[in-house]
Amino acid sequence: MLKFTCPYCGIEASETELAAGGEAHLKRYGPGSSEQDFEGYLFLRKNPKGVHLERWRHVMGCGKWFLAARHTATLEVFGTYSAQTHEPPAEIIENIRAKFPEWQA
Amino acid sequence: MSDPRSAVGGAVYEGYVTVKDSGAHGMITLRGDHAELAEAVKAAVGSGMPTQRRIEGGLGGGAAWASPDELLLFCDYADAAGALEKARKSLEGNHFLVADVSDARAVFALEGSGIRDLLAKLCPADLSPEALPHGEFRRSHLGQVAAAFWLESEETATVICFRSVAPYVYDLLSEAVKGGPIGIF
Repeated sequence: MLKFTCPYCGIEASETELAAGGEAHLKRYGPGSSEQDFEGYLFLRKNPKGVHLERWRHVMGCGKWFLAARHTATLEVFGTYSAQTHEPPAEIIENIRAKFPEWQA
Repeated sequence: MSDPRSAVGGAVYEGYVTVKDSGAHGMITLRGDHAELAEAVKAAVGSGMPTQRRIEGGLGGGAAWASPDELLLFCDYADAAGALEKARKSLEGNHFLVADVSDARAVFALEGSGIRDLLAKLCPADLSPEALPHGEFRRSHLGQVAAAFWLESEETATVICFRSVAPYVYDLLSEAVKGGPIGIF
């Protein structure tokens, strides 16, 4: 069972209370960008068997979007953090590196 | 004005927990910066500001913490329009949203000693006394639909859901009562 602690309301929410939002920290390429960048922004996503940074929404609760770091095969959760960030906070990276020293964001 | 009609018409199901349609209640959604809302809450429903995930007061006049920028206010059904105006006046000049959602909701009262047990059958929330103390306003889902609930005591709880799914929630709760207690709490 996958459980995330929502950083906005502090509830440890189970997967059925959440909605998945795909890969986190995407950079938007809008008008004026190259076709390759735009294609990448629209369609190309990481699909690792391993550590993944994702967007989730606490849809059956406070309704807020947050970001989470988890392992896609073991479902181990390394932490959740605010959606208003451009990169994972140091604490999350530390948690991941404790287990996967080679991991790069 | 026409009389308010609740979604399941005052239905009652009796078992180890009694499920009761609680009738029409006034409810107001208030969104904005929590730091600026205290006065408006006091003016509208006469209650204090709830802290994170808590409810102050009750259905007759109270405020529940719904999200970091949202409160749900409670008052008598007939007072909702007045309370809405008071909140609006008090917040003039701020960035906020206030809406009367009384007719969008249904309220059920649960009575009996197995409330935690009953809700645990239908909902993924941790219902242990440590995780859900009295007065903790928990938003989650019951079966397939969103719902919120809080315990006033070990024998009484209130469940709120959308009116459109009220018959489903009533059936769900009464069927779960029919199954009898599990006795895990």
